[in-house]
Order: sequence, then C-alpha cells, then structure tokens
Amino acid sequence: MAAHLSYGRVNLNVLREAARKELREFLDRCAGSKAIVWDEYLTGPFGLIAQYSLLKEHEVEKMFTLKPGSLPPADVKNIIFFVRPKLEIMDIIAGNVKSEVKQRSHRDFHILFVPRRSLLCEQRLEEQGVLGSFINIDQYILDLIPYDGDLLSMESESAFRECYLENDQTSLYHAAKGLMTLQALYGTIPQIYGKGECARHVANMMLRMKREFAGSQNQILPVFDTLLLLDRNVDLLTPLATQLTYEGLIDEIYGITNGYAKLPPEKFIQKKQGEGGKDLPTEPKKLQLNSAEELYAEIRDKNFNAVGAVLSKKAKIISAAFEERHNAKTVGEIKQFVSQLPHMQAARSSLANHTSIAELIKDITTSEAFFDNLTVEQEFMTGVDTDKVNTYIEDCIAQKDPLIKILRLVCMQSVCNNGLKQKVLDYYKREILQTYGYEHILTLNNLEKAGLLKLQTNARNNYPTIRKTLKLWMDDVNEQNPNDISYVYSGYAPLSVRLAQILVRPGWRSIEEVLKMLPGPHFEERQQLPSGLHKKRENRTTLIFFLGGVTYAEIAALRFLSQMEEGGTEYIIASTKLINGTSWIKSLMDKLEAPPF
Amino acid sequence: LLQQNWNWNSLLFSRKTDLYEMGWNIGGLRDCLIAAAPYGGPIGKCDKSYVWKSGIVVDIGWTVSDYLLCIQENGTVLIYDILGNYCRHFNMGSESQNSVTEAKVFHSAYRTGVAILTKAYRFSVVTNIDDQKIWRLPDVPGLQTSGLSCWTVISQDRQTKLVLASGRNIYVLDNDSCTSVTVPGLDPDVSSYFHMSASFNYKYLALYTNTGCIWMGTSNLKVPLKYMILKCSYYSCIMVFKISSRCRRPRSQQPSVVLMWDRLLLVAGKNNENDELYLVPELDGVRIIGSKSHEFLHEVPATCEEIFKIASMAPGALLLEAHKEYKKESQKADEYLREIKDQNLLPTAVEQCIEAAGFECEPETQKMLLRAASFGKSFLSNFSPEKFVTMCRELRVLNAVRDYTVGMPLTYVQFSQLTVQVLIDRLVFRRLYPLAIEICKHLKIREFQGVSHVLKHWACFKVQQKDPDEDIAHAINQKLGDTAGISYSEIAAKAYECGRPELAIMLLDFEPQSGEQVPLLLKMKRGQLALNKAIESGDTDLVYTVVMYLKNEMNRRDFFLTLRKHPVALSLYRQFCKHQEQDTLKDLYNQEDDHQELANFYVQESYQEKVEVRVAELQKAVDEYSKARNEFAAKATEEQIKLLKFQRKLQDETDKPYVDHSLHDTVYNLLLEGSHRHAEQLYKDFKIPDKRYWWLKISALAEKNDWEELEKFSKSKKSPIGYLAFVEVFSISEQFNYLIILSFLMSLREVEQAADIAIERKNENDLNLVLSRCNQSTDRSLVERLNKARSGANKK
Repeated sequence: MAAHLSYGRVNLNVLREAARKELREFLDRCAGSKAIVWDEYLTGPFGLIAQYSLLKEHEVEKMFTLKPGSLPPADVKNIIFFVRPKLEIMDIIAGNVKSEVKQRSHRDFHILFVPRRSLLCEQRLEEQGVLGSFINIDQYILDLIPYDGDLLSMESESAFRECYLENDQTSLYHAAKGLMTLQALYGTIPQIYGKGECARHVANMMLRMKREFAGSQNQILPVFDTLLLLDRNVDLLTPLATQLTYEGLIDEIYGITNGYAKLPPEKFIQKKQGEGGKDLPTEPKKLQLNSAEELYAEIRDKNFNAVGAVLSKKAKIISAAFEERHNAKTVGEIKQFVSQLPHMQAARSSLANHTSIAELIKDITTSEAFFDNLTVEQEFMTGVDTDKVNTYIEDCIAQKDPLIKILRLVCMQSVCNNGLKQKVLDYYKREILQTYGYEHILTLNNLEKAGLLKLQTNARNNYPTIRKTLKLWMDDVNEQNPNDISYVYSGYAPLSVRLAQILVRPGWRSIEEVLKMLPGPHFEERQQLPSGLHKKRENRTTLIFFLGGVTYAEIAALRFLSQMEEGGTEYIIASTKLINGTSWIKSLMDKLEAPPF
Repeated sequence: LLQQNWNWNSLLFSRKTDLYEMGWNIGGLRDCLIAAAPYGGPIGKCDKSYVWKSGIVVDIGWTVSDYLLCIQENGTVLIYDILGNYCRHFNMGSESQNSVTEAKVFHSAYRTGVAILTKAYRFSVVTNIDDQKIWRLPDVPGLQTSGLSCWTVISQDRQTKLVLASGRNIYVLDNDSCTSVTVPGLDPDVSSYFHMSASFNYKYLALYTNTGCIWMGTSNLKVPLKYMILKCSYYSCIMVFKISSRCRRPRSQQPSVVLMWDRLLLVAGKNNENDELYLVPELDGVRIIGSKSHEFLHEVPATCEEIFKIASMAPGALLLEAHKEYKKESQKADEYLREIKDQNLLPTAVEQCIEAAGFECEPETQKMLLRAASFGKSFLSNFSPEKFVTMCRELRVLNAVRDYTVGMPLTYVQFSQLTVQVLIDRLVFRRLYPLAIEICKHLKIREFQGVSHVLKHWACFKVQQKDPDEDIAHAINQKLGDTAGISYSEIAAKAYECGRPELAIMLLDFEPQSGEQVPLLLKMKRGQLALNKAIESGDTDLVYTVVMYLKNEMNRRDFFLTLRKHPVALSLYRQFCKHQEQDTLKDLYNQEDDHQELANFYVQESYQEKVEVRVAELQKAVDEYSKARNEFAAKATEEQIKLLKFQRKLQDETDKPYVDHSLHDTVYNLLLEGSHRHAEQLYKDFKIPDKRYWWLKISALAEKNDWEELEKFSKSKKSPIGYLAFVEVFSISEQFNYLIILSFLMSLREVEQAADIAIERKNENDLNLVLSRCNQSTDRSLVERLNKARSGANKK
C-alpha cells in the first residue's frame, strides 16, 4: 500500500509503520464501537498515514467533522476527538460534551491530541468543567509525515507565518521533536549544519533534548550522515519564482494538497464508442501523485519542456507492447501476454492521465500572459531594471490581475534588489491599496515584517554578488538533458539547493562572504556517536530540513543532485510544508472583511 | 545428614527448616495480635493490652507493598511504613464508628483491601486502600438472632466477595446482593461452622464444621474437592489453607498441627502445650512463628527428593556421588559418571543438580550441588551455561537477603514469583540501599529499573534528613550524577513535600528535562524561574502554561513587565490575546508603545464596525501610524477615510452599494453608471496615475459598450498606454470587428499600428482599407509591406 516509501535509500515506511502502530494501539485502548470527531485540518495529513479501512478494522463506525453545538447521533460506545491543541477547539469540544451530558448519553469520551498534548488545553477543558468526562487523554505524535520515498512533511501550513511573523516557535519545537523521533529510528545524525535563526534554534533544542536522554545511547547504525537545517528566509527568492518542472507546474496551476491534485474534469472523460457527448462530470478529478506511479516518478522532476518527448516515447512503447499480441502464437506466449496485461493497462491509463494533464498545462504555459510573467521574473532574477517601477507590474495592476500574482512579482523585485527605494515601494503599495482595497494594508505590513518587501537601506544591493558567487543564473541551461539544477527554473538555480550543493563540495568555507550576506547565523555541530557505530561509506546521505516550506522545484533539484554520479550524496528532504509562491503568500495575508450588514 | 529434618507421610516428604531464632522477648503469643506478610515478609506484633492513644486496635495486617495497617475499633485505619513511621490514615465510614468488632486484610494483584464487621453485623469493604472507596455491603438476614460464627474474604478477578457462616447457613455477600448457598457434599448433621479459610490465591475454601469435618472445595462453593472427618474437634482452631501445584493443606493448631497433603491427612505432632503458634501461608509452604522460633515447613521438592533420597539412582544423585568420589580422587567417580553417560542422562543430571541447589537453604548444600553440576557440565560440549550462571547469581542474592540482618526468608520459588523488581522495592523500603544496588549490579538489571531506581529512593530519603540544603543537594548530585533514568524532579518534589523548597530548587537545577522542572516550580510558586525554564525548553505549551499561571498570580502591571523581559513569552501571549482577548492586546501594545501594532490593531478593529464607527477607529489608526513614523500608512489611512466618506455619501445619494469597494472599483462602477463627473473627481482627488486611469476608463467604457464615449476619450489627449490597449479592450468586447478597430485607429492617426494588425490578419479588405488611408509618399515602407501582404493574401 505504501511500498513507494521504501524504495529509497532510507526506508521511510519504518516511520509510517511506527505511526500506524501507535494509532492502532490508541484505538484499541478505547474498547468498543467508536465515532471519530475530526478537526478538519487533520484529515489530510492523517490520510498519508492511514486510510479509513484501518480505522474500520478497529471498530470506527462513524466520522464527523468537529462543529460547535451538539454531536450528530451515532450508536457508538466511544466518542474520540482527533484535534490539534488549540484553545478555540477546546471550547467547541466542551460544548459538544456538555450537550451530550445534558442528553444523558452514556458514551465514553476520549481526546487524541495531534501532534502533542497541551497543558494549556487541558486547563481550558478543566475550566469548562469537562476534563473529568474524558476517559483517555492522549497524544499522537505526528511531526514528520512520510510523504514520498525521500520526502517528509510536517504539513503545517502556518509554520512560516508563525516563525517569521509571529515569533511563535511551536512548529520549530515540533520539528526538533520530529528529528529526535527520526534519530531514534534511524540512528544519531553525527553532523548538523545550519543556516538561519530558526535553524539555530532547532539545532539547540535537538542538542538539549539529546542531553535529556543522556545515558540511553542510541545503538542504531546511523542512516543519515548529515543534517542540514535551512531557514526559508535565507532564500526568499526561490518560492516566488514560477516552478517549471512538471510537478511544480501542477502545483502552481492546480495546487497539490496532501499528495492529491484536483484537476478540471473535462480532459479526463473516458472516450467510449457510441456514447459521445454525454453530460460532463462537474466534480474535479482527484488524482494521487507520488512515486508509486512509475511514469509519474519518471517525469515529475523534468522540466516541463522535456515532458512531451517522454510521453510520446512512452506512448509508442505501450502501443508496441499491445501490438505484441498479434505475434503471440503459442498458448504459452498468449498466457505470458495476458499475465502482463494488468501492468500494461495501468501504464496506459497512467499515460492517458498525464497526457491530459500535460495538455492542460501546455495551454497555460504557451499563453502570452504566462510568457510575459516569466520574462519579467527572469529579468528580475538576472538583475535587469530591478530598481525602478516595472511597467509590466503596473499594467497588471491596472488590469486588476489576481493580487497574489502582483504580490509575488513585487516581492521578487524587492528581494532581487535587496529592497526597493522608498519612492518605488510606496508607489507599488499605493497602487495595490487603491486597486485591491485598503484592507490589504495589513498584508503589506506582514510582507514587510517577513522581509519579502523591504525598504532599501543605504547598504549596497548585494544580490548581484550572491547571484554571481553562487551561480544562481545559468544562461546555457539544458532543459532536456540537464547538467545543472538550474533546469528546474529554466535558468535560475534555487539558492537553497546551491547552498546544499556547495556544502558537500567544496564546503561552506569557500562562500563565507556570501553566507554573511544571507540572514541568520551559519553553524556546524557534531553529535558524538557511541564507539563502534562510526562508518566509512562512499555514498553519504543528507537529511535537508527546510524550516518554513519547500517547493517541488527545489525537491526536483535535490533529486537531480542525488542522481548525479559525481555528487555521491543522496538527499532526503524534510519540510514544515510543501509550498509554492501562491500558497506561501496566501499564508501571510490577513483578510479583513466587513460584517455583512 | 541432609534428610534428618524430613518427615515422611505415606505419600510424600515434608521438611521443616529453622529460619531464625526469634529474638523478641515475649512470654507468649496469646495476648498479641500477629500479622506477617507473605513472601517472607515482615512480622507485625501488637500487644492486645497496649492502650493506643487513638483507639483500640482490632486487627493488624500488611499491605502488598509492606505497609502495616492497624484497624481500630472506631473504624480508623492507620498506615505505618516498615520502619514504624506513621504515614497516613483513613476511615472505614461513619457506620463503623466505635463498633468494629472484626477486621480482615486481604490481597489481590498489586492491591490490598480491608473488610470490617461492625457490632450491628454489617460489613464494609475497601477493595483498594489507595483508592479508599467504601462499599457498604447489604445486610444479611437473621444475623442479629443467629449470630455469626466465621467469615472470610474472597478476592478474585477484581471482584471481592465475603463468605460467612451463620448457624447452619452459608452466605455469599457481594456489593449488591446476599445469596444463601448450599454447600454440596456436606454432612447433613452440620449445624454450625467453627472456622473457614481461603487458600493463598483465593481459589479454594475450607470449612471446619461442628461435626469435626473439614470440607474443601472451590471458593465459589460449587465443587467439593475433599471431605474428611477429624478425630479431634476443638472449638477454637485456626486454619491456614494453602494450595500449591501439588498440595493443599489446611492446618489447625493447638495443640496439634494439622496438615493435609493431597488426599492424606497428617498430624505432624504435638507442640509445646504452652506455646502459641502463628502460621503464615506461603506459596510453597507454611511459616510457623512461635515465641522462640521461626520455621518454614514445606513439601520436599521432587528434585531434592530424587537426589537425596537414600539409595537414589536418579541421574542427579549419581552425579553428586561422582563428584564426591572425584574429590576423594577415587576412580569410582568415573564409574558413576559412566553410568549416567551410558543412559545419555548427563544433561538431566546437571539440570537436576542446578535445580536442587535452588531449593536448598544452606549455602554449603547449595555449593555442593552446584559444584557437582559444574563437574558434570565439563563433560558436556554444548550445554548452555545460562541456567547455571543464573542460578549462581540468584542464589547469591537469596542468601544475602536471608541473612538475619535483612531477615527475608524467601525461597527460590517465592523469589521467582515475586520478581527481582519487587525484591528490590522491598529492600528499598527497608532502606537497605547499598544491598539493593549491589543486587542490581550483580543481576545486571537495566539501569532505570535497577540502580537508578534505588538511587532515586535513596535520594528521596536523603532529602528528609536534617543536614543543610547545600550538603544534601551536593551529596545527591555526587552520587547520582547523570545516571540514566534519574528524575531529579521527582526527588525535588519529595523535598518540597517535606517542606524544603530551597533544596527542591537546588535539585531541580540538576534536572535535564525542563518539561519536568516547570510543573513543580509552579507548584512551588516560582513563576519567574518556571518561565525561564519553560523558555529554555523550547516547548511553547510549557511557556503558555507558565504565562497563564503568571497572569492569574500577578497584577497586570507586573505581569506585563515580566513578559517584556521575555520576548518569546510576550509574542506567544500576543498570539493568545489575538484569538482570545482582543482588549488585552490593545493594553499590551499601549504598554509597550508599539504604535505600529496599535495602528494595525485599530485597522483590524475598524472592520468589525459600521461605517461611522469605522472612520473613528481609522482616525485612531492614523494617529498611531503617525507616531510610529509610518507616513505612508498614515496617508493611506487618511485617504481611506476620505474614500469611505465619499462612498457613504454616494451610497446615500444613489442608493447603490459603494462602501467596501476599493478606489479602483469605485471609479469603475461610477464609470459604468455614467457618473463621469464623480469618477473624474476621484481621479483627481486621489491622484490615480494616468496610465491606470486610462486602463480603467477604457475597460469600463468597453464593458458598457459606450463606443462613442470611448472614441471621445481616446481623442481627449495622447494615450499614456498606447493604442494597442484599445485594441485589446475591443477584442474582448462583444462588438468585435476589425474594420471598426482599424478605422478607429486611423481616426487617431495611428496608421502604423493599424497596418501591423492588418498584415497580421492577412485579410484583403482590411489591407485595402489601411492602404487607402496611407500617404503614399511619407509612409513608403509601410505601403510596401502592405502591398506585399496583399499579394500574399490574394494567392490564397
């Protein structure tokens, strides 16, 4: 079911299985039939751990969404609340329980806190007078969720906002805890590198937590050689740029949540003879996207311009394979052909799906608007005219293009210019407020706080230096057969991934100057291994943790590095959340709405 | 001779081992209450004549964890630890006030319970003395008249029942019912019962009747196992009844001890008439406590019997013999050995010797057997040494605790049942820390269950000593260091319990887990310190917990000042307020003079309100933005106020919704409405850039299909956005027609752009139209291109 998690060098299925086991154990602790009341936010992440069938096996008969008021009727013995530790949620639960008590129902109540119990929340339940009603109060430690064979995500949408805007480091604490769990399963990671304030904080907590377990030495041979912690705000530029890999574009255009993409249904109608032109499905088509699908694993990280060729080649191979049946003469040959059929049919439907998706995307990437937008992005990234008001942005505002598109461009210009001149910044801000409404003043304020928009101080614009030293722009990019990570943005090499690449060879010491220009401290820590667990290995495995989110294009770039023969390092990627420019900016927006009267 | 203390009855051997000489100086046991805990547990003695301050003691008993319970007549149960220190007390309920006549202490897995009988023949039960929930059992009919002769407690499968005899009736009593039971297979002449006794595990029950019979059966009184008639019928007797794997035996006492083995009754002999005895049932035997002696009587285990039985030919016996001869350097050793080896029984022989060593109490005998085993083992190539090693280790431990200074006469069987964990706990309770640690090390027990566990108890004891705080903290840290599994916070909690908060804080400093430090610090009202520790841990939930605590404990001013010193706590508290207490948030910003945030707060607030109030709120925001020197925001907000007022006015005049639209949308709507004057006014008042205004106006006019106005507007002055924009606007409008576009462009003298479009479209009519407007001499190159395109179009 989750075999794709175990394909990589690090078997992440171990982590998933550990999580499933814990879930089963909790469910069994509440004996009898049960109904789960879900904090809606958690259903997506839980889907990555367990399907409904697992819950059903453990007598879960009903599922509800947490809502204020009374619970829907259900003939079950146990009511279990699966919730995040938030005070607002506690108040809703208290209301639910009180109304049940009023109805004199004889149900047992339980709470499962995800990812961690909270004294504060329990206090709130106590204040509400319902704490005693709960038979079990437990925690389900779900920090790092296995997302794919080389990918872990905390699925914490607001992590960036909390860390960089609100100075709330809860998600960092969970990240550190998650890393401890990982070390318990995969061995102590001997080397820790990091860049950024949050990275420093996480590393400190990890070292501290290790001291807490002093004495109980972990006797597992380490799977990871290095941990690299990176603050998202070290590289604010990359998520702003439009991703140009296949998976990246699916995410940019349709959005991928918890491993699923919702696509317009028109292209996916199965053409059957004799029933053309029937009514169109209105529900969007939901597709799971991960490396379990062979074809997807092959094309997901390619530059979109290289996807078409692969698809047509695949189509030829598959139709050739189907043609084989004419050559099958003997019974044995026919039998062999038939035995391959299911696999071939799966390959064919997978091909059909991706051809449809590619067509959908192509309609967009060949549009003038997409091209214009990309041209401006690339101008900014190469440092062309970043210091004055950009006419394209101006025109887009005048035509009231989507606000997030504008914000992405303006932020990008600001980042590529190390801040904007007062006049330019004020002009943009004023244009945005006048066109999209004054209520966005708080959003603009947030972007400034997060450093995405800023006023240029007297300091020199250091972006060109960074760009040149780290070779962030490559003119001779090869999209079909890439030789450098810059292919993922058709020219721009993501800064974050460059840092990882340079760390391996020739080492960060070679770029001290640039590291100093980027925000936050950079550091190196070593964790003592018990004697006998040291190893000399040719191929090293690095766990790279993006604090504040990672894009699919960055993941593609890291996978590209893993595959490079001379690299010798394989990357496992962890992040607080998988993001793209749009979802990221959205998480920083403050919506102000007037009451409806 | 090793067999000298054996007794033979017609089926099996029993033996009696002297455990200790009793050093207590008492005349006899007649006037005492005696209680002894099983598994070689301690003995408690209480003079009946001793007058207690708090009341008369009815009975005493031990709990599973070696606490002594003294049940008093007034229903109070006093609990003492093994060293005689008073721990706590509880009461058996008002019912029992000064009327407890009898009490029984009973055990089940990990729990101890107490049952009492009152003068009014009512029973109350506490099934777990740590939980102290009192169950009043239902009344038994007829007890007042016919009286109660005997009763006992059966505690099985978490259920507690009482069995009682009244006259010829037997009743079973549980929480909510009282059932009369007919005992199967009993002599019909029985008119009363002298005594009843439950087995060690409560599975069986024995009844002693007035006809001198003993009935034995399962404790549910359904299945009889044995029924017998005793020759003697003494009214007063004590039965101790136990069941082990092979034997069951009730015992009566005074003057003779009655034993019963399986199907056979054994009168073991007369005791000294003057001496009272007390019997303690054990898992595998009976401890006999007298005023001078303390003995253990048990069945001789099969293995020992085989080895030591006279003229035994069992492999173990032969091996023992072989080893003896070997020591004598006699060749007979080889003969014996050969005899075993020929039967392929050497492994069995070794195992027998190892096993038998476990059943022996005398170290000399143990050594003899183990040496024999070791001797035999050396002739075996693949015999796993584990059993031998374990036995040596464990016997060493058992011998150590059997020593009179420790006084725990544990047998090997009891020890296996009891587990090492419990043994260590018992030693710890007796404060025999060094021995416990040695045992842990010797048996190689994992640290957190073994050494750390003992050290923790030691430390908890240490904090109760009278030494200065510093010395104790130092001593504890010295000894404990960073031992894994040590929880300094538990020790600190103990210190605090003992009224030594300063010591507790010193100890907490050694605690590596902040999560553990914080709750105790809060309990000790050290909020500030707790806050530091919580922040150090990085656990935001802990920080929140402390912040909420401080909020309730401190006055607001001090609270804010404290937060100010801890930015992490401050930002978390801000988040809390954002969701829970908006008003506090404002105070917080005010306190910090954070004008920027305050302004943002007002902006946020304003959106909750109707227009009039909103303007006022925004005005506050303007002031705060100005104070924060955020000129841009102040100006933008001022403009918003201006816009709102304008929109409000418009709304009143036109009865159409304008409020809550952006400036851009407002102008757009105005243009759609045809209110060009208002639109123009806003354009000027708000200094909308020309470019955007042109875009705005042409899109609005196009949407409205107002081509006339559009043309007028296009000619008003030169377009700042070029004329392609017009084309774009046209092309998305419904009135799409290139001829119109072209003539429109040419009316603007934008011939070149028109030509470009026509060439691109390759339409002959279009090209002709453009050509007709071209000036042949001035636009020569243009004309050429147009002609070329036209000839291309013709060919098609």
